[in-house]
Amino acid sequence: MTRRAWLHGLAAAIISAAPALAETAPNDVVFADGAVEASLTGAPGDPGEGARVMTTAALGNCVACHQIDAMPDVEFPGDIGPALDGAADRWSEAQLRGIVIDAKHTFPDSFMPGMYKTSGFIRPGDGYTGKASDGDPPPILTAAQVEDVVAYLLTLTD
Amino acid sequence: MRRMFTTQLAATALGLTLAGAAWADPVEDTLIVDTDDGEIEFVTHAPAPDHLKGVVDEIWSGWHYREDETRDLQRDDFDNPAMVFADRGLDRWNAEIGANGESCASCHNGPETFKGLRAVMPRVDENTGKLMIMEDYIQSCVTERMGLEPWRLTGDQMKDMLALISMQSRGEIVNVAIDGPAQPFWEHGKELYYTRFGQLEMACANCHEDNQGMMIRADHLSQGQINGFPTYRLKDAGMVSAQQRFVGCVRDTRAETFAAGSDELKAIELYVASRGNGLSVEGVSVRH
Ligand code: HEC
Ligand code: HEC
Repeated sequence: MTRRAWLHGLAAAIISAAPALAETAPNDVVFADGAVEASLTGAPGDPGEGARVMTTAALGNCVACHQIDAMPDVEFPGDIGPALDGAADRWSEAQLRGIVIDAKHTFPDSFMPGMYKTSGFIRPGDGYTGKASDGDPPPILTAAQVEDVVAYLLTLTD
Repeated sequence: MRRMFTTQLAATALGLTLAGAAWADPVEDTLIVDTDDGEIEFVTHAPAPDHLKGVVDEIWSGWHYREDETRDLQRDDFDNPAMVFADRGLDRWNAEIGANGESCASCHNGPETFKGLRAVMPRVDENTGKLMIMEDYIQSCVTERMGLEPWRLTGDQMKDMLALISMQSRGEIVNVAIDGPAQPFWEHGKELYYTRFGQLEMACANCHEDNQGMMIRADHLSQGQINGFPTYRLKDAGMVSAQQRFVGCVRDTRAETFAAGSDELKAIELYVASRGNGLSVEGVSVRH
């Protein structure tokens, strides 16, 4: 093996292993007063992708409960939670990350589902099939999707 | 209640007003239905029964949360798409389908002999001590007295019969027993009603007590009353029984649901029915 090929191989190994190594697993998330300081991925989120996650029913489905004036195209947003406009003025990045990961650390007994949470459920199902999940269910959002949503929320300033 | 209060408090503290408060209320309206036998006025809004005091003040039929057009469909039997199924139920009632040619009619005469039954169901059977939903009574006749294979609990035969029997009590006030032999079943149902199931960690109470009147996306959340069941659901273009609706609501929390007819959903049916004590049986209703 030439030195170059060897280096190339190493770089490839690092790149493919990097996200998995840096990603914080749902059960390892550390909350401080509801906030989560560290990014789940170590990489900045993509606000555009965050907006898609928030408005897609099978993903975050945030608009089922929240209105967002900055998203005028969303039809029939729900009004169960507060409108999210100005969220970035009211909460820090770490607080927003904590709310998206599991809002119950910020608002005890909140109606808002934990988006990056895999354990502690009563009769968890396999998605919306009504069947039992096989072991702990995967989180509703991936680590990267959580960071994308946080990146979008940070654009919501008054 | 408590959670809404917290949200309101938080929102006020942050100088926000809760968006959508204008939609929050069930529509003020009166349900008077044109029938072959003249007009019937229904109680669709009443003070909450005693066991809900301090938790819920007033109870509202799901009819009040639906759009104008949907509510109108229920004002006239001629427009109500559920009537077809009650009529089909009458055909089944008279059909000599039993192993020895029995029909429902051959034991019970006309369906009007069941007047009042729907208003007190579910109830504990005096002889067996078991909690019975209407389906259980129907099923025992089908299998034990007519010698047939069991009907599917949420199948057409069963729902047609539920519709027919429910119609015999329409306008009567729901009054299910929650004490005596019913009490342990009722307590079980209550516990389940407040249990946060599934990956979304939602209890019946989160949607139908804490957030009734609010919009969850395009759906106006009602109190989840069952006085109108079975109901014709426009979305499904078919009849839905209370058991079926419960299965769907639990599934929507990303939970492993309970089966229709399970002990859990029967207990929930008793408890939910008791939250509607004081509302009229609507016979067969229309929802979306
Ligand atoms: C089923 C309802 C529901 C869903 C779905 C939901 N939320 Fe929430 N959310 C709430 C409620 C209710 C609150 C208010 C806190 C409380 O009282 O629990 C809240 C609070 C918040 C807050 C704090 C708002 C403020 O400004 O005070 C943020 C930020 C937020 N949610 C973001 C999101 C995002 C992002 C998603 C989707 C990824 C989402 N929510 C999905 C119900 C929901
Ligand atoms: C995630 C929110 C949610 C949860 C949790 C939930 N439901 Fe529902 N339910 C709905 C929605 C949305 C509808 C349709 C609109 C309406 O009637 O409220 C509905 C409708 C109903 C209806 C029909 C009411 C009518 O008049 O047509 C009943 C009955 C009902 N739910 C009972 C229950 C019971 C019992 C539970 C718990 C086992 C439950 N629901 C849990 C969201 C929920």
